[in-house]
Amino acid sequence: MFKITHAQFIAPGIKRFVLEAPRIARKQKPGQFVILRIYEEGERIPVTIENSDPERGTVSIVVQSIGKTTHLLNSLNTGDQILDVVGPLGKPSEIEKVGTVVVIGGGVGTAMAYPSAAAFKRAGNRVISIVGARTKELVILEQELRAVSDAVMITTDDGTYADKGFVTDKLRQLIQNGTRIDLVLAIGPIVMMRAVAELTRKENIHTVVSLNPIMIDGTGMCGGCRVPIDGKSEFACVDGPEFDAHKVNFEVLVQRNSMYRDAEQRSLAEYQRATAEKAAAHQAEESFAIALRGER
Amino acid sequence: MSPTTNKSLNPLPMKERMKVPRQLMPEQPADERNKNFTEVNLGYSPELARQEALRCLECAKPTCTDNCPVGVKVKEFVELIVAGDFLGAAAKIREDNVLPAVTGRVCPQEDHCEGKCLLSKKVKPLGIGYLERFVADYEQRMGTHVLPNVPPTGKKVAVVGSGPSGLTVAGDLIQKGHKVRVFEALHELGGVLVYGIPEFRLPKQIIREQLDYMREMGVEFETDVVVGRTVTIDELIHEEGFDAVYIGTGAGLPQFMGIPGEHFNGVYSANEFLTRINLMKAYKFPTYDEPMVDLHGKDVAVIGGGNTALDAIRSALRLGARKAYVIYRRSDAEMPARAEEVHHARQEGIDFQMLTAPVEFLSDGKGWLTAARCVRMELGEPDSSGRRRPVPRKGSEFDLPLSVAIMAIGTTANPIVQSTTPGLGTDKRGYIQADSETQRTTRPGVFAGGDIVTGAATVILAMGAGRRAAKSIHDYLTDRQW
Repeated sequence: MFKITHAQFIAPGIKRFVLEAPRIARKQKPGQFVILRIYEEGERIPVTIENSDPERGTVSIVVQSIGKTTHLLNSLNTGDQILDVVGPLGKPSEIEKVGTVVVIGGGVGTAMAYPSAAAFKRAGNRVISIVGARTKELVILEQELRAVSDAVMITTDDGTYADKGFVTDKLRQLIQNGTRIDLVLAIGPIVMMRAVAELTRKENIHTVVSLNPIMIDGTGMCGGCRVPIDGKSEFACVDGPEFDAHKVNFEVLVQRNSMYRDAEQRSLAEYQRATAEKAAAHQAEESFAIALRGER
Repeated sequence: MSPTTNKSLNPLPMKERMKVPRQLMPEQPADERNKNFTEVNLGYSPELARQEALRCLECAKPTCTDNCPVGVKVKEFVELIVAGDFLGAAAKIREDNVLPAVTGRVCPQEDHCEGKCLLSKKVKPLGIGYLERFVADYEQRMGTHVLPNVPPTGKKVAVVGSGPSGLTVAGDLIQKGHKVRVFEALHELGGVLVYGIPEFRLPKQIIREQLDYMREMGVEFETDVVVGRTVTIDELIHEEGFDAVYIGTGAGLPQFMGIPGEHFNGVYSANEFLTRINLMKAYKFPTYDEPMVDLHGKDVAVIGGGNTALDAIRSALRLGARKAYVIYRRSDAEMPARAEEVHHARQEGIDFQMLTAPVEFLSDGKGWLTAARCVRMELGEPDSSGRRRPVPRKGSEFDLPLSVAIMAIGTTANPIVQSTTPGLGTDKRGYIQADSETQRTTRPGVFAGGDIVTGAATVILAMGAGRRAAKSIHDYLTDRQW
């Protein structure tokens, strides 16, 4: 069991958890992830590690409510327990001094991009961070990124905050302005990572993406996370999760990630119905209690 | 009692023993069991067990024991069954085998003890596996384990992996008085016994009971630890104070054929397919959250001819598959699966497409599998494995409609421990180098065995390596010589 020592929403539907996980806290490096299982009947899902504190023995993760498991996870609070947390998994990011690094975080992917940005900065690089979100409330970790970046650029799809547009608009601007870019690290939705890859391919800029395919064990045993890299099947959990963006077959990645879409939707719908019923029952009980008190 | 010198407890004269037929294992009818996950074999009754035990010829030099990877004293435990001392028989097996209820069910006895049984020269071999299973289950039902009472040595051993070889090492070393802690990457203990072998062949309850017994003996377990990632071998030795480490992490990464279409939705590795079912209970979706492709009314094939292949396809059949094929590129004679499993699978209605191999998977254009394009093979000259090499027959291509294809064509070495342990020697395929007698690796204090050394093999061979390792670790902890 892994205790949640702190839980807080940092944006609508996005929650940060600090977990007591001393072994993971000691070993975690930027680019790695954990797999967790909330309860006995639960599925195993890979989750982004934002940071860790080896002294306190804690790891912080950032979770966006998407399916049943993430909704359920985000209903947990400080003091609750998670049944299984295993990690840190995957190879750590290769952090070297290369010159100028553009770190791109899309949506909740920003949480995973942040420790890498910080590490690139510590390694002596000039770090330009680009954060993209659907709307103002979903921009996360802005202050944290500002503290470790030489420049931070923000875009929102709807223009409710900073510049309207996509992260690729900002990246294109940088390229057009003649900014020398030695490395791009992009972490976020597949469509975003693919768009970044297409853009930098033309410019011959080395680009790394962090993939999040379907996964069970996270140790290479199941092969569910296989992705064609340069035509060869690689396993994101042991060979990745970071790969050369120009070698990733994004089409296959999108197709494989859609494998259980129907099941995922059914699972979520049933969870939401059950939660709604529970809330309604709770409310009925409350009003009954109020009515009772009123009679008295 | 010493059966070699004293008069035998077996009342039957030698000639009569050959006349007793091998007692059949009671089993669930094939057309019932192919719809459920309850165990296929139901186990001997005490009467059947004693009747079968009477067949033992009590050889002066028992080849059965010589051919057992863990050296179970077959003649002695069988004689105890004849005498009606079933608990004594169980204790006798436990001297050499910490998982008798497991090996009694999944061991390929025809390749080991029963394959060399003297009876088999004239009639069917002694049902050693069935007898082993009987006494192990009997002991379990009685709930009377004898806990060993040994003085602690003060030495600590870390075991990496809770599969058959790791559990053997743990079970053997705890009985020598060493402290043992087992680290498991998954959330459940048992390794391949839990995520790989299905309920109808090895009920999970059996493993739970074996694990409870080990806990009673004092073995400590820690789940959710991927050694190499969560903690390294060096940290276990230098920071956590373990005097020796045993690596039994299993085979690892599933292989694919490298043919077009292997990424289509509906193509699984056998490891993933079986893990979803056995470990994650995906067939109970949505009660359990992990999903899998609904197999009801679907046509499913497994590619491969080993035990894993049969486990996968027989599971698919039980989950409602309309057609369930085994596609194997060689012939019956070369199939590596256990004879009893092949027999059971045929009874259950599995369609064996022998001398056949897929060359490409086809899809509906939206990424979902619809068929396997296959080619028929014929056997040519023997290859490096000594088996005749399959060669494609020209013009024999045909399309087999399928919704799900399961790849069970073997595994490659998992690199996690090797790549994070400096100085740990590996062979050219990436498996850990270990001495075949002592299981010592190139790192002092570090031992390894099972599939991570040999490549994919069987439960009993992994246990054999565990047993050799335990002896060798005990020697090392006693005299500190490397």
